[in-house]
Amino acid sequence: MDFDLSPEHRMTQKMVRDFAAKEVAPVIKEFDRRQEPIPWMLPRMGALGILGICFPLRYGGQGMDYLSLGLACEELEAVDSALRVAMSVHVGLCAATVFQWGTEEQKREFLVPLARGEKYGCGAFTEPGMGSDVAAMQSHARRDGSDYILNGEKMWISLAGLADFALVTARTDPHPGRQVDGLSSFLVDLHSPGVTRGDLHGKLGVRAGSTGWLHFQDVRLPKRNLIGEEGEGFKVTMSAFDNGRYTVGSGATGLIRACLEASVRYAAARPAFGKPIAERQLIQEKIARMAQDYEIARLLYWQVGWLKNQGKRSTLQTSYCKKFATEASFEAANQALQIHGAYGFSDEYDVERYLRNARGAVIYEGSSEIQALIQAGYALGERRDKPLRCELPAYDAAAWHKESQAG
Amino acid sequence: MKIVVCIKQVPDSAAKVVVENGKVSWGDAPLVINPWDEYAVEAALQQKEALGGTVTAISIGGEGAKEAIKHALAMGADDAILVNDPALAGMDTQAASQTLAAAIDKIGGVEMAFFGRQAIDGDAGLVPSQSARLLGWPALTLAAVIKVDGGNVRVERAIEEGRQIVAAKLPAVFSLVKDFGEPRYPSFMGIRKAARAEIPSWTLADLALAAPAPVIAWPELMNPPSREVTCEIIGGGSPEEIAGRLADKILAEKVL
Repeated sequence: MDFDLSPEHRMTQKMVRDFAAKEVAPVIKEFDRRQEPIPWMLPRMGALGILGICFPLRYGGQGMDYLSLGLACEELEAVDSALRVAMSVHVGLCAATVFQWGTEEQKREFLVPLARGEKYGCGAFTEPGMGSDVAAMQSHARRDGSDYILNGEKMWISLAGLADFALVTARTDPHPGRQVDGLSSFLVDLHSPGVTRGDLHGKLGVRAGSTGWLHFQDVRLPKRNLIGEEGEGFKVTMSAFDNGRYTVGSGATGLIRACLEASVRYAAARPAFGKPIAERQLIQEKIARMAQDYEIARLLYWQVGWLKNQGKRSTLQTSYCKKFATEASFEAANQALQIHGAYGFSDEYDVERYLRNARGAVIYEGSSEIQALIQAGYALGERRDKPLRCELPAYDAAAWHKESQAG
Repeated sequence: MKIVVCIKQVPDSAAKVVVENGKVSWGDAPLVINPWDEYAVEAALQQKEALGGTVTAISIGGEGAKEAIKHALAMGADDAILVNDPALAGMDTQAASQTLAAAIDKIGGVEMAFFGRQAIDGDAGLVPSQSARLLGWPALTLAAVIKVDGGNVRVERAIEEGRQIVAAKLPAVFSLVKDFGEPRYPSFMGIRKAARAEIPSWTLADLALAAPAPVIAWPELMNPPSREVTCEIIGGGSPEEIAGRLADKILAEKVL
């Protein structure tokens, strides 16, 4: 077992860390206050290759492995969750799902521009009336010749206002044998006629992130936009969540680190009753908890990154990683705020933003309650991984670094 | 165009550097490429992009110094050389300059040699000028803008008084300042290339150099005395009132 990061991994960490620290950290408070996305964030992440980090060169990606994706998410969310959210939906929910389930033609048509950062993607599953209960979705796509006609509404969609494509799951069979069998997933061009969208404001956190709604009114979808086969939508969606949750968990790990670093810095400088509060045991207990949780969360996401690199399913390990890291990041932010006292309650310091940002991830991409059900299902033997028709491809350095398919 | 960039590995700028038992320590802080040298790499790469040719990164140090070299490779340098010789441990700027000048000489045909304006550990800022002297090349220090035209170069130097424009013939040595423009981040392709790069090591024998005797000794190292700082918040009903009180205090403390 090798816990050493390779030179490639360390350089990836440093590159993403430097980008976030130099370019985003100085301005994030201002955009968060104004509840506006940083306009150059996605183009910049695209130009640096971060939006296509873990895809083969021949599909427009950078040829790095899945652990690099997690390392990048940790570094991005250590500065702000909005950066990592972009990775979760663009890479995790959208591009990685096309990579896993798309045909060769679909990868060439859709994955290449996504991985190059020329187009932005998001995932659209949640609706006004359903979230965790995926099989209860109301959006539907009916056949019309060889096309599909999509109708419905999706809500709480990150990058809804900025994305070019959304991976949308909708009902294609109104009366299936089992509810989960009647769903299909489509990559929808959000510039198509019949698509309207808008932003949602007033969120507690991730205020520099774009979150919105998508409305589909008789949107015509060619068959080539169907990702997976008709009726495979539930499986496609669950695969998307496996990939998205990994980015959420690795990102939340970065948030724990940010809380830890801010707390250590403040506690060492702030005196109370004659000495720095870092020397007080009640403060040390909080800091020790953050340090321990950071280590646990990091090991959990490294494990998922390793499993993905091997081409092994990681639904259960991803669930551990996502649930633990997001809950621990909220607790770390809460205690970091406590350590900062009244200053922590003010947006003069970063920790109040960390607290607001941490809260959402305990809900989205599978709430903690859903994660607990998944974990109990495995523990009780009621749930086990069945082979999928399309598994996420294992990392293959030689093949991923080839520019073209041939040779 | 053969271009060389000389880089140094230093403790991270965020590291807390202290003296422990007479030795400098930066704890377990990572070692990184000297931040000024990133500007030098950027300048070297821009010249390569404009004029064609190759960029070779040179560093002096042990095996550990390869991390800094890999950063330069990941940014886009074509190849690199590490001068690794135990006789160079504890070298001063003159020894470093002799070594770098000899390495540049050995590479042969180099027309531009780039340096950061200084290294953030020693902070001497002498190596670019000393290397230029040893090579017999013009030293175009504190360069903010570099324009090459045939065998000539025009440099805008960022100096305290403003900008000074100097011209020289190539080959020349350049030291870079921040005004040159932000250094690029390593690309993922560069990172992969750098991670796999075999970096050749040269010894002083390869450079036909005798072990240089340091001309500068560091007889004693000590921590700077800690400063007692007290902070006072000046209140008042209006900005004018606060400013007035502040001015009185500054005068009373004889700061002005």
